[in-house]
Amino acid sequence: MFVAKSIAADHKDLIHDVSYDFHGRRMATCSSDQSVKVWDKGDDGEWHCTASWKTHSGSVWRVTWAHPEFGQVLASCSFDRTAAVWEEIVGESNDKQRGQSHWIKRTTLVDSRTSVTDVKFAPKHMGLMLTTCSADGVVRIYEAPDVMNLSQWSLQHEISCKLSCSCISWNPSSSRAHPPMIAVGSDDSNITYSGKVQIYEYNENTRKYAKAETLMTVTDPVHDITFAPNLGRSFHVLAIATKDVRIFKLIPMRRESANSSGPTKFEVQVMAQFDSHNSQVWRVSWNITSTLLASSGDDGCVRLWKANYMDNWKCTGILRGDGSPVNGSGHAAALSAVGVPVAAQMVVGAASAGRYFFPHLDSPRAGSRLAHLLPPPSLIEQIYEPDLSHAPQIRQRHTANSTNQPTEHD
Amino acid sequence: MEELQQNLIPGAGFYQKHLGFEWGPGDLIVYETNYKLQGPRSAGSPSVHIVRRDEDICSPILRKLFSESHLIFVGLQKIKEDVPSKNKKSQFVSISKNYRSVIRACMEELQQNAVSTQSGSLASQYGDQVSILLAIELIWNLCEVLFIDAAPAGSLLLQLLDWVRLHKSDVDAKAREVLQSDSPAQHQSYWDVVISLVLQGRTDEARQVLSKQASLRAESSSVFKRMDGLLQTMPIFNPTGTQTLTEFEVKWRHWHEECDRCLQDNTFASNRHLETICKILVGDEDTLLEQKELLSTWYHFLVTRLLFTHPTIKPPDLHYYAQSSMNMFLGPRASPEPLDIILLSAFEFDLHQVIKDCSIALNNWWFVAHLTDLLDHCKLLQSHNLHFGSNLREFLVLEYASGLFTHHSLWQLAVDYFDHCPEFGRVYLELQIERVPLDTERKAIKVLRICEDRQMSEQVRSICKIMAKRALRNNRLGSALSWTIRAKDAAFATLISERFLQDYSNKGSFTDLDLLDNLGPAMLLSDSLTFLGKYREFHRLYGEKRFSEAARLLLSLMTAKIAPRSLWMTLLTDALPLLEQKEVIFSVDQTYELMSCLEELNSGTKHSNLTDQDEDIESTKTELLRLALARNLTMAIVKEGTIET
Repeated sequence: MFVAKSIAADHKDLIHDVSYDFHGRRMATCSSDQSVKVWDKGDDGEWHCTASWKTHSGSVWRVTWAHPEFGQVLASCSFDRTAAVWEEIVGESNDKQRGQSHWIKRTTLVDSRTSVTDVKFAPKHMGLMLTTCSADGVVRIYEAPDVMNLSQWSLQHEISCKLSCSCISWNPSSSRAHPPMIAVGSDDSNITYSGKVQIYEYNENTRKYAKAETLMTVTDPVHDITFAPNLGRSFHVLAIATKDVRIFKLIPMRRESANSSGPTKFEVQVMAQFDSHNSQVWRVSWNITSTLLASSGDDGCVRLWKANYMDNWKCTGILRGDGSPVNGSGHAAALSAVGVPVAAQMVVGAASAGRYFFPHLDSPRAGSRLAHLLPPPSLIEQIYEPDLSHAPQIRQRHTANSTNQPTEHD
Repeated sequence: MEELQQNLIPGAGFYQKHLGFEWGPGDLIVYETNYKLQGPRSAGSPSVHIVRRDEDICSPILRKLFSESHLIFVGLQKIKEDVPSKNKKSQFVSISKNYRSVIRACMEELQQNAVSTQSGSLASQYGDQVSILLAIELIWNLCEVLFIDAAPAGSLLLQLLDWVRLHKSDVDAKAREVLQSDSPAQHQSYWDVVISLVLQGRTDEARQVLSKQASLRAESSSVFKRMDGLLQTMPIFNPTGTQTLTEFEVKWRHWHEECDRCLQDNTFASNRHLETICKILVGDEDTLLEQKELLSTWYHFLVTRLLFTHPTIKPPDLHYYAQSSMNMFLGPRASPEPLDIILLSAFEFDLHQVIKDCSIALNNWWFVAHLTDLLDHCKLLQSHNLHFGSNLREFLVLEYASGLFTHHSLWQLAVDYFDHCPEFGRVYLELQIERVPLDTERKAIKVLRICEDRQMSEQVRSICKIMAKRALRNNRLGSALSWTIRAKDAAFATLISERFLQDYSNKGSFTDLDLLDNLGPAMLLSDSLTFLGKYREFHRLYGEKRFSEAARLLLSLMTAKIAPRSLWMTLLTDALPLLEQKEVIFSVDQTYELMSCLEELNSGTKHSNLTDQDEDIESTKTELLRLALARNLTMAIVKEGTIET
């Protein structure tokens, strides 16, 4: 791995989320500066900011793309208690020449009385549906019945989770054997005993979402949750960011035919559990084929996890900041191709030389000895600095205070 | 399977303590953030960093390696199961050689580039790649000898000798240098060359070089002649000949004793170099170890040692000599490096360990995926039947192919790899291929064809839908319609058909006539599309002056309720010129039907939101139509009542 490019995002405050579109040719960033920016990858491989606009009147927590079948559509959610849907319209020709695009607000979803903490589109086979969750513990599912008219969204379902919600994830499986399913995570730290991950399943008969499962073993605040692509399997895989990274396997149990109207019951198994972040884990995410899981935690690292063919999980990569100030950040949207070779940036000296263990030959010549090979992996020690900066109980981002909105930054 | 690697993100971690991330195709985006929001507001402008996972994929030279090995891979998959395994072995060996020659070609090109490039960093990057490829080829070659060819005693050593010679070819360069010098015998590397040749068992060449010295020193010519004799008579096993292994062993022992006798007799005491050579010939380990510089590696030492002590080594005994040779050569304190351990595992015939260590040590999946696939075809892998990747082979091939998918054009090669992964290949392909950016229509069609060939109907539908949606956004109605038809999306077809009609009522003419005229059965996708197709057909018939056919079609559009009610007035207005023709086109019955359509339309809901002016126009139209219909009816009655004579 190496840093191929660094892009000055030019947000005036913290970036909270970056989201690639389905094909990886566009990305959206959102920030505490209340704006969203859209970046397009040019034919030259460089990223250009093609739109930047104020989206909310509070920090924008998350931004997400709809499937391109529905056009160029974004959804954002914010501390200002709303979620919004944005659509790109084909602009005037002089806009195109300037490399700018127009995004217009199609709707504002104002049902939440507290900060909207997550927003996700449902899998495309369900149609154009948007889900939000909020600090007041409600998951809302909206639908745009007419995909050509994104200004009409109807609130289809309201699921009361009883706990302040921090994150949601749809089960991506499009198999007929699997009814629509959504997992909700809670970062409620007031209630310490209950399970913080709930799974809701759509019931065809009642046309409602009903709770299918609560992961009782997860009692610490959950900050992120994500289903893995199904890969045609009968069971589901769910990754959770809590005080550690956990991967669960949910195996649907065989229904008794008499009782077929009730929600599916699951056998829940822990596939893996990693506590190497030392403390809170904030984000988890799968790659396209779910061969890799990435997680970000209080140790300031992004860690990559991989299962081998024996289903043994291990950490295969660590990314961390070098702690240096950025230089020359004043240039607006300046793109600097850094291209720093990996070997030049190793943290723990020779031990972390990674896969680059072959020396480069001064005069490459067949038959020369390939020296300086790395010691075997067992010798590589992972070095962690003990992170003492986090106090045991810190005030959570989303306070369950519905009338007076707390300030965003303490 | 991969090695743990740590990477630093420049400029992150200074203002904020957390790193946010997002997966992309082939890369990972990271950015500085704070999930707790109790720190200071962000100072300075935050950056977004794009971290690539595999840069080899982008190398234009390695690209050749990928594309050429793809052909070999596909060829290998086609080898039929029913061919008897005896015949297959030679096929597998030649496939293995093909793979290696691709590596070699790639290495040569990299080397040339490393030499010719002006940029130092590029040269060192090429150099890195060359050393990796060298190691890969070395390991592959050994695996070929030990596992794929599975040479028996006798041939085994000959093949190992070839292996060492191939990977220690600097001897030839040095020999050439010495022989081309003014006085080879005086050259400082002269004896190094002779001994190197002997160490590699190249006795004929060694004799040739030795002869240069012998001719100079007349006084010691007998000693040189003796050495020449020993080298000449050294028995070499001939696997294709009639000689049995036992016969060879007897002959070899005989020769060995003769060498030993020369040593006992102090035959070569006068020349320390010849003495050394003789000691090598009897396989004296201390003497061999003194040649460390010339041997340069423990595995060269191993092969030389076997050549002069156990030329008929059997495969199962190899590991013992390998381990001891490594220990002797590296010394007690040196710790073996990954390459040493990989080679040692190979000598121990521990295939699984070889593959495991290679996946850890190497920076791409190319090698392990292809080697494991070949070994699997040779039926050399025990199956590891686990649900996460049906077996080791599939696991590795999937990893490699997924890597290819991150490249803007190499992904096409990956399709064939996925096709040959029975367990998860299809699901992986489905997940990966729908993410291929559909930059152009051509590319979309390419992706589409791959999906269609594999009956991936959901992906086909999705790609067409995306393209249709994009075309519609850009107001390219024709393109949008044809993609919609491919997507078989009825609702969207209706929508686009309505856009076409709207366009028609605005402009008075149709666009994309080619498409509309050739809809064929596709027009049945939605009622609106059927109407659009039929309505356009009416216009065509009218244009071709096939009036009665046009009239029949127009009428049927209304009577069969294909035309939406909102368009009936337009259709009736279209009938006006037909009614006004001199010739009678609408028959009596047809005219009645037209009339009932008109009355049905007028008896329906009145548009309350019409302006007075609009209402005037509507009623005038109705009046005009009524008049025309009545006149046509008279003509038709007259015509139909007249008996032609």
